[in-house]
Amino acid sequence: MKFAVKAWSKGRARAGVLQFVSSSKSSSPCPTEIEIETPALLLSTRKGLPFFISPDLLPSLPSPDSHLLQFSPLHFLEGITPETITTIGGLHEMLGLHEFRFAAVPRDSIVCLPHCEGTNKLGASFETPFGRILIKPSEYMKFIDSMKPNSWTTLADEVPAWVSQKRNKTSVDRTVRWLDDCIALSSKGGNIFGAIVGGSSVEERRRSAQEAAKRNVSGYWIGGFGLGESMDDRPPLLNAVTDSLPEQKPRQICGLGLPEEVLQGIDSGVDLFDTTYIYHLTTGGFALTFPLERFVRNVSDPQLSNMGSDGTKINLNSEVYRKDDVPIVDGCRCYTCQNHTKAYINHLLSVNEMLALILLEIHNTHHYLGFFRAIREAIKGGKFEEFRQQFIEDRRERDHIFTAALSA
Amino acid sequence: MALQFEILGRFNRARAAQLILPHFICQTPLFMPVGTKGTIKGLTTSQLEEIGCQIILGNTYHLELQPTSQLIDELGGLHKFMNWPRALLTDSGGFQMVSLLHLADITENGVTFQSPVDGKPMLLTPEESIQIQNRIGADIIMALDDVVKTTITGPRIEEAMYRTLRWIDRCIAAHKRPNEQNLFGIVQGGLDPVLRDICVKGLVERNLPGYAIGGLAGGEDKDSFWRVVAQCTAALPEDKPRYVMGVGYPLDIVVCSALGADMYDCVYPTRTARFGTALVPEGILKLTHSAMADDTRPVDPTCACMVCKRYTRSYIHCLVTKDAMGSQLLSYHNLFYMLKLSRDLHSSIIEGRLPEYVCGFLQKMFPKGDVPEWVCNAMEVAGIDISSCCAPFPSSQD
Ligand SMILES: [Zn+2]
Ligand SMILES: [Zn+2]
Repeated sequence: MKFAVKAWSKGRARAGVLQFVSSSKSSSPCPTEIEIETPALLLSTRKGLPFFISPDLLPSLPSPDSHLLQFSPLHFLEGITPETITTIGGLHEMLGLHEFRFAAVPRDSIVCLPHCEGTNKLGASFETPFGRILIKPSEYMKFIDSMKPNSWTTLADEVPAWVSQKRNKTSVDRTVRWLDDCIALSSKGGNIFGAIVGGSSVEERRRSAQEAAKRNVSGYWIGGFGLGESMDDRPPLLNAVTDSLPEQKPRQICGLGLPEEVLQGIDSGVDLFDTTYIYHLTTGGFALTFPLERFVRNVSDPQLSNMGSDGTKINLNSEVYRKDDVPIVDGCRCYTCQNHTKAYINHLLSVNEMLALILLEIHNTHHYLGFFRAIREAIKGGKFEEFRQQFIEDRRERDHIFTAALSA
Repeated sequence: MALQFEILGRFNRARAAQLILPHFICQTPLFMPVGTKGTIKGLTTSQLEEIGCQIILGNTYHLELQPTSQLIDELGGLHKFMNWPRALLTDSGGFQMVSLLHLADITENGVTFQSPVDGKPMLLTPEESIQIQNRIGADIIMALDDVVKTTITGPRIEEAMYRTLRWIDRCIAAHKRPNEQNLFGIVQGGLDPVLRDICVKGLVERNLPGYAIGGLAGGEDKDSFWRVVAQCTAALPEDKPRYVMGVGYPLDIVVCSALGADMYDCVYPTRTARFGTALVPEGILKLTHSAMADDTRPVDPTCACMVCKRYTRSYIHCLVTKDAMGSQLLSYHNLFYMLKLSRDLHSSIIEGRLPEYVCGFLQKMFPKGDVPEWVCNAMEVAGIDISSCCAPFPSSQD
C-alpha cells in the first residue's frame, strides 16, 4: 500500500491517493492495482459483505470508489474458525472479492462495540452478538493472520468521553502497548494502522498520536470518537491528533458518520471514514437526497413529511411517498433510482420486504460516495472551506424552508 | 385469449413448449417463483432476470391489502410498479384467505372473511377477484375457485367442484381485459376421479386460455397426488398450458412434467432458504448444521450460480439465520436451482432424452436406489423407464 497527499485546501483538509499494489503473493485472479482517491469511504460490512448488497450487485456502485471494505474480525468469533479461513485462503478468497480491498477494524460500531468497563490489561472488551467478550492481542492477531486483510488496525482501549483522566491515561498506555504487541505478533506484515485513543483530553490525544507516530506503521486509526463527546468538543481533539502525525500516511477514523461530522474530520486532515451512518439510514427507511453539485442552491419543493425527513434525507416510510412515481433523486445514476420509484420502496417498507433495504443501501452508498467525490473536488480546487460552509448553510436553509412548509 | 402455446417437443406425455405471453415468451416446463407482495424476498428484478426467471407469481390477497390494486392500477400496473419486464401471474386471492384466515367462509356469493385491517366482515366474489386482478394487470389471472382441503371427503368436495364451475362463468363474464390477460380455470374435485372428470369437462367446454389443477399439495398422500395430476393432464386439451398449483418440490416437478404438466409455483425454495436450507441434487443441505462450519466446498459443487461459484458452505453457515445476506444468497441459489431444473426438463424433452435425465435426477436423490414407489408408479404411467436407477426390491415407503 502506498499513500500520497496530492493537494491541500488551505487548512488541514487534504486530498490524496491510496494505492494498493497487487494483492500479495496469492494467486488471485485480479492482481490489478487499485487506486483510491481520498478522502474516501470504507464501506462497512457484516462479515465482509455489505449489509444487504449482494456481491453480484456491488459492481453497480461507482468504481473504484466503492472498492474499500471495512470489516470486523469479531464477526467471525462464531460459525467459522481462523483455521478454516486459512484453509479457504483468507478473506478475499472466502468472499470471492479479489478486486476489493479490506480494512480490518476490531469494532464495527453497530453490533460490536467497545465495552470500556470490561477492558483490562489483558485485552479489549466488546459487546458483541455472542455476548460480552475479551480479546487479547494474540487472539486478535490469529484472526488477522488467517484473514489477510489489506490493512488492519491494532487493538485499542476505547473509552467514552466522560471517563476520568486516570482511566483515559490508562487507555492510552494500553493502546500503545497493544500496538507494540500487535506489531510484534504480526507474522505476515500487511499494512498496519496504529490505533490512537485519548478520549476527550487534548494532551492524551496528542500523546497517543505521538507514540503511534514513532512506530513503524502504514497508517493511523483514530478511535474513541462518537462516544459521548459533543461536536464542538471535537476539532481541538482531532487537530491534536493529526498535527502529531506524519503527513504522508493515511488517517482512518471511526465514529464520525453524519455529513457534518465527515466534513469536520476532513477539516482536521482525516482521510478515511466508514459507513455506519448509511446502515442506520437504510434500516430506518431513509434515503439521502441532499444535492451533490457544489454550490447548487437547490432548495425547492421539500417533500412534506414529519417522519424525520430533513434537508438532507427523506423517510420513505412516510405516507406522502405512497403514490410518488419518481426515483428518490431525479438524475441519480444508482441502480435503485434507475429502476425504482419512491412509491415502490414505500410499499416494500410498509410490508417489511428485504428488497427495500437492498435498494436503500445501494442508493445511500452511491449518494454518499458522490458526496466524497464532491469533497475531493473542492479540496483539489482549494475551496474546501467554502464547500463546507455552503453545505452547512444550504442545509440550514433547507431545514428552515422545510420547517416553514411543515407548519404552513 | 392473449397467449399462444406452441409445443416444441414431446416425450410420451411430457411436453416442452413455448408459452407466448403478452410480456414474455416462456419456456415450459416452467417454475414460477412466488413474489407475494410485489417482490421476491431478497432479490432484485435484475437478479431474477440474470438467473433466468421468466414469470413471477403475485398474491392478489396480499397486494389488495397493500398497496391495493387501485394504487397499482393508478401507477400503471404491477409490471411497472415493481419494474418487472417479464411475465406475471396472479392468483385469485381465495386460497390465501382460506389458508391464512381462520374466519373465511365460502358461500354461493363468494368468500366471506374478516378484514385483517378492521375485523369487519368482507366478501370476495368471483367478479371482485377478477376486477382486482384486472387492475393488477398480470399476464395470467386465476379464476376464483371454491377451495377445500384435499384431505376432506364427502359432499363438501362435490359442492366445491360444482361451485367452482358456476363461478368460472361469473369470472369469464367479469373479465374486462381478455385481450391482455389470460384467465385460467381451476380443476377441483378433490381426490375423486369422477368429480375431477366432470370439472375438467366443464372447464374445457369454456375454452379457456389455460387450465390449472387445484386442490393439491395440501397434505394428500403422494400416490393420490400424482394420480389426480395424471388424470387431469390426460383429459385437458393438448394445445393449452397446464398448471399444477402449489407444486412444489423438485421431485414433484419432475414427476408432474413427465405426466404432461407445464407450470408450477411454490414458496418452498425461498422459504426454506430463509431457514438456512439449500436445494441440491442430493435433496437438501442444511447450512445451519454445525458440520458446515469447516466444510470448504461450495453449497452445490455442480451448480453454476454466483453463490456456488464464490462461497464455501462454511461462509454461508456463518451467515444463515443470523444475517439478511444469508437468506439472500441461499434464495438466489435455490431459485437458480429450480429454474435450472425447468430448463433441463425443457431441453431433455426436446432432445428426446427425458428418461436419461429423470434417471440421472433420481440417482442423485436416491443413490441407494430406494426411489419411492409412487414415483415408480407415476413413471410407469408416464412411459419412462427408470429401472436402471431403482434397487431390485423397491421399498414401499413413501
Ligand atoms: Zn439513487
Ligand atoms: Zn448455486
